[in-house]
Amino acid sequence: MQINWDTFWLEILQATADTFIMVGAALLFAGIIGLPLGIAVVVTRPGHLLENKYIFNILNPIINIFRSVPFIILLVAIIPFTRFVVGTSIGTTAAIVPLIIYAAPYIGRLVENSLLEIDPGVIEAAESMGATPNQIIFRVLVPEALSSLVLNFTIATIGLVGASAMAGVVGGGGLGDLAIAYGYQRFETEVMIVTVVLLVIIVQSIQSIGNRLSHIIRRR
Amino acid sequence: MIELKNVSKVFESGEKQVTAVQDVNLTVEKGDIYGVIGFSGAGKSTLLRCVNLLEKPTTGKVVVNGRDLTAISSTKLREARKKISMVFQHFNLLESKKVYDNIAFPLRLAGEDKPTIKNRVDQLLEFVGLSEQAEKYPDQLSGGQKQRVGIARALATSPDILLCDEATSALDPQTTASILELLKRINREYKITILIITHEMQVIRDVCQKVAVMENGKIIEQGSIFDVFSNPQTKTAQNFVSSVMNDRIPKSILHLLENDSRHIYRVTFVGDSTGYPLLSQVAKRFHVEVNVLHGQITELQDIPFGNLIIELQGKEDEIRRAQLYINQSVQLQEVLADAN
Repeated sequence: MQINWDTFWLEILQATADTFIMVGAALLFAGIIGLPLGIAVVVTRPGHLLENKYIFNILNPIINIFRSVPFIILLVAIIPFTRFVVGTSIGTTAAIVPLIIYAAPYIGRLVENSLLEIDPGVIEAAESMGATPNQIIFRVLVPEALSSLVLNFTIATIGLVGASAMAGVVGGGGLGDLAIAYGYQRFETEVMIVTVVLLVIIVQSIQSIGNRLSHIIRRR
Repeated sequence: MIELKNVSKVFESGEKQVTAVQDVNLTVEKGDIYGVIGFSGAGKSTLLRCVNLLEKPTTGKVVVNGRDLTAISSTKLREARKKISMVFQHFNLLESKKVYDNIAFPLRLAGEDKPTIKNRVDQLLEFVGLSEQAEKYPDQLSGGQKQRVGIARALATSPDILLCDEATSALDPQTTASILELLKRINREYKITILIITHEMQVIRDVCQKVAVMENGKIIEQGSIFDVFSNPQTKTAQNFVSSVMNDRIPKSILHLLENDSRHIYRVTFVGDSTGYPLLSQVAKRFHVEVNVLHGQITELQDIPFGNLIIELQGKEDEIRRAQLYINQSVQLQEVLADAN
């Protein structure tokens, strides 16, 4: 079958926009959930600022459970929940909900890693100055880890770009879906190449922006 | 100023219990520079953290400025900590913040306004000699400069007490000396009570007025610098004193003692008596020869402190008389062959 490139570019444009919307929205909400989640898992662990066995022992396995479920299964399994939240179970909006659920625990883990890199001595110093746990979290932990947080959010964003390729299952659209639908299922190799090249460019750009931003924050 | 009463700290790791600090009593008077020395693992770091309750003592009381810190709420404790500052071995500066902001940090936590902070930070930068480095980041500074930032930060809230946790242990000898000089200045000019823990006896010798020796979680000896340096009671204290005083009797002298007709003495003296020509007097007054075999005179708190090994030669009764004479003004101890 001959592709009509004049109209096809429009489709690619639409798919790119869908990818950006899905990844952007999912990143925003997953960040809003994941950042506090990561902070909570750090500060409630034994010997830390707000040590709390119960919270830590609940949050920690929950993160692992959600991270164990393959995204494609999660996508389908939570359809009733998706419908409850956004009123529909198909389309770009519907794909965002499972993406959030997929990325939030992942971001939580990444945030945890970033915060654990901070020298405990710095936290001790802040405690010795009479800083409250809140002050330590928002004026010591987060600013000290910021550069590393940015790098980890970059990783999470690229992970979302990958996961969003599966959004086609619920009619979410996006570049990944286009590559699968035309290139893989209909053997239109040119389409596949174009979309994959676009994805490569997007992932490269995200990584470069993340590196640059982290570098500026670390100012070296 | 600081009173630790029967303070113990037990760490529990699973089944095991480790007693880091055991039944310690310690009083630090206002204006003191008090040193606690011990080998690593002696519990001194834990002890220091009991003072501002970074470690909560398992039993005992911590009274600072007349207030029992173990009995107050966490809000009141945080308030109290603003007057008990701490300086760390590894500086513990905020790497993401400039020197200026590191020093301003405790003031911002306390909610001070901008002009007040600017004023205070500029003054502190001047005091520690880092006015030029205000806009640098900690990783652009040398170890000594980082510690100066740490000290300036500790002084920001105008504390009554400064706790120093091995503050010079990561520094080279020259930098150590300048940091110690700074601590003395802080004590003198701001009348801040300083509690130092260290494993370096030279730190104790150079700045402290009083010292406690710690081993296995207990304080095994304490007293004024002079008492402990001139007459250390425990083996550990003797070892620490030897590490800076060079007061061990050399082997060559011990060999001399194998010939039992020789009379060798250790003379220790402090302050005024250094100015008095005691040994030449002895040689003139009695029929004895005085021979200085070994020794050292150093300064403790700007007062000379001497430790000499001398030999007296002459008739037995003359030596005995000379011995009595010397003993009137300074401490004299006969060195025996089995001494070390």
